[in-house]
Amino acid sequence: MGIVASILETAVEAAENSGATKITEIRISVGDLTEIVDFALQFSFEAMTPGTLAEDAVLLVTHVPARSKCGACGHEYEHGRFEVICPECGSLMAEPLQGRELRIDNIEIETPDDEEDAPISDAPGDTASVPE
Amino acid sequence: MEIDISRPILDKNDRLAAANRALFDEKGVFVVDLMASPGAGKTSTILATIDALRERYNIAVIEGDIASKVDAEKISAHGIPAVQINTGGACHLESDMIQRAVGALNLDELDLLIVENVGNLVCPTEFYLGEDAKVMILSIPEGHDKPYKYPNIFALAEAVILNKYDTLPVFDFDEEEFRSVVHSLNPAAPVFPMSATKGDGVEAWTEWLSARIEAAREKAGS
Repeated sequence: MGIVASILETAVEAAENSGATKITEIRISVGDLTEIVDFALQFSFEAMTPGTLAEDAVLLVTHVPARSKCGACGHEYEHGRFEVICPECGSLMAEPLQGRELRIDNIEIETPDDEEDAPISDAPGDTASVPE
Repeated sequence: MEIDISRPILDKNDRLAAANRALFDEKGVFVVDLMASPGAGKTSTILATIDALRERYNIAVIEGDIASKVDAEKISAHGIPAVQINTGGACHLESDMIQRAVGALNLDELDLLIVENVGNLVCPTEFYLGEDAKVMILSIPEGHDKPYKYPNIFALAEAVILNKYDTLPVFDFDEEEFRSVVHSLNPAAPVFPMSATKGDGVEAWTEWLSARIEAAREKAGS
């Protein structure tokens, strides 16, 4: 809930600064080592967006796998939560490189100009194709 | 139209935490964030830690709970400054709460600030408060399978206290398996078996903590 509130606050502020009338998409990255649950994110998102610029917006989540660099031999490796130890040399000195991300990457907005050009449906030439 | 943001979702929390961190560094205060389930023995561990270290360090405590002042009152009864934060429903502490609580303490007179996070094994892990170390307490009755279920808290803690160790004979707690899972999640973290209310094992934990405090001081050159 707090996470979604932060996402919304940041997205709405950025959209307002750009004169947006609507946010259509919010793209975030979530590391596999966090305890963020997609279902809970989407549920909170749907509960909190009505009445904001992000009403009806899609929340797109990119998962970032865990990756560490061994502090002893320098080997870089992807790993699961329970496999932090270096697979090459068995060292315990893993330096995390990625996997703890909680990042808002970018947002897709509509501005008053867009609305004049493309009233409702997908306008031809709109390059931002959104997966189902 | 796409607008690039590329910012941590918890940017605001992280920035306030960095400000807390800078203040703690300036004042030479070591801050430990204690995380555990409700009832694992966070307050008892704090009281045992105070008893062991109060001759050596000036200590204060920030208590995080959804409601009530009972924990802060327990600490105050021992003559230690304690500030109670009531999150009013939030399941974890955030750095702005710490910032406000710290305002009620005289950091110039402190060496060690112990923060008792809200009893929860999930949310506190995502919120950096500006602490020097996060430490996790698991109590024997909770079971040895907790690291499988709540891996993040075990992965992020710099030390794990295994509390209520005196109850080991009456619970089906596989210590070997517990240590092995914790080791695979967090190879560097020591595990301290302890019975906070009886005092057993407190010394090993407080020695580790003292060593961390001294190391931080050496690094700061004070």
